[in-house]
Amino acid sequence: MSKKILTTPVSAKDLEDIKIGDIIYLSGNIVTCRDVAHRRVVEEGRDLPLDINGGAIFHAGPIIRKLEGDEQYEIVSVGPTTSMRMEKFEKEFIEKTGVRVIVGKGGMGDGTMDGCAKFGAIHCVFPAGCAVIAATQVEEIESANWKDLGMPETLWNCRVKEFGPLIVSIDAHGNNLFEQNKIKFNEKKDAAVEKIIKEVGFIK
Amino acid sequence: MQKEQAVAKMTDIMAKFVGYSGKVLPDDVTAKLEELSKQESAPLAKTIYETMFKNQELAKKLDRPSCQDTGVMQYFIKCGANFPLIGELEELLREATFKATKEAPLRHNSVETFDEYNTGKNIGKGTPSVFWEIVPDSDECEIYTYMAGGGCSLPGKATVLMPGMGYEGVTQFVMDIMTSYGLNACPPLLVGVGIGTSIDVASLLSKKALMRPLGTHNPNERAAKMERLLEDGINSIGLGPQGMSGQNSVMGVHIENNARHPSVIGVAVNVGCWSHRKGHIIWDKNLNYKVTSHKDFRYE
Repeated sequence: MSKKILTTPVSAKDLEDIKIGDIIYLSGNIVTCRDVAHRRVVEEGRDLPLDINGGAIFHAGPIIRKLEGDEQYEIVSVGPTTSMRMEKFEKEFIEKTGVRVIVGKGGMGDGTMDGCAKFGAIHCVFPAGCAVIAATQVEEIESANWKDLGMPETLWNCRVKEFGPLIVSIDAHGNNLFEQNKIKFNEKKDAAVEKIIKEVGFIK
Repeated sequence: MQKEQAVAKMTDIMAKFVGYSGKVLPDDVTAKLEELSKQESAPLAKTIYETMFKNQELAKKLDRPSCQDTGVMQYFIKCGANFPLIGELEELLREATFKATKEAPLRHNSVETFDEYNTGKNIGKGTPSVFWEIVPDSDECEIYTYMAGGGCSLPGKATVLMPGMGYEGVTQFVMDIMTSYGLNACPPLLVGVGIGTSIDVASLLSKKALMRPLGTHNPNERAAKMERLLEDGINSIGLGPQGMSGQNSVMGVHIENNARHPSVIGVAVNVGCWSHRKGHIIWDKNLNYKVTSHKDFRYE
């Protein structure tokens, strides 16, 4: 099977055949974007300082090194952060910005599922804790916005080549891998609890 | 050696060790991950483990933090009352953290609460966190270093159960966390459970449990039994690497316990992610040191 590579800007059509559980890669640009940036766009109604229509965001707070010269940066380590933290903002964020690919860690909820289905976007997981791999796939930091938020929260606009593996957790049809797994996990959990409690009646 | 020189030496070595522990996983964790990965056959789980191992290789080769979230540093100290630098230790560890932040580098993770600004130094009010235990009649100092990202701190939870709920209630409490927050905390997890009277005691114990070497068990027979039952039980859920399903869910379950008030069972859970960055170093009174967690650590 050939490697599935998406290139930004991504169109709704590019996402049609992608299903949850698929592994894809991304070339083009991806912008790091975390809690406060989401708050600014959704709650404070501010415009994102760069256009990510058809683009990609990365729920991540990197370690950055400043290079010689004023505005040159190198990314040392960058890996995904918990996407669920952005859940309360994501649907509206998709609507306002036109973002098509959201990369993070762990699953997201109903709002994001709705947003993905309605506006044609996907959520993917980059294996967390694999921050050096991700950093070496960044060719250049093209710009940095909202630097007042500090290193982890700044919007670092990264040009990437075959960034991944990205595991699709919510597809553009609104299917959610984590939610489907959760049902299975909870059934197995109940069975496990039942088994354990028979053996831990230490208080008589 | 003059005291000033001694402090400088220990600070420098601690800074290097902290930085190193953010780049190279402890030997016991690496071995356990290799063991767990061999049990996976699903392509998705295999791809994730391959990515994890490739990342650790690259981190070591390129000398970079393997996970970008290098946490808010925590130190668990067992210090002999006669250790010569006992009075300097806390300030020295703050300095070592700052040094590691610049040199390793570590991500800036210390945000002053209420004032809501990032100090940019990884030191702030009460950070790094230093937890003390004083050992009488000893001149050694044992330090556990720990960096935990936000993701694996999120599942942390503590409660106080009524005795009627028993260890059955403890089981339910632990298991519920696994399928809710545990899923996102980068499994396979190391699960620390603390049991005592109140949540403060239970919480500290649950974190200390994460410092214990993998493969060891609580010396109490019932506690050890419960560790095994919970480990098998959580594994049977099949969270798999990154919670995306697989054969296993955890690297281990460690329980630490204290005696408790008869009317309550305080219980707390803290989890470590697969990238479990703990370090263990023991100093003698002449500042010779021994690292037990990372056999390849060298100080040049």
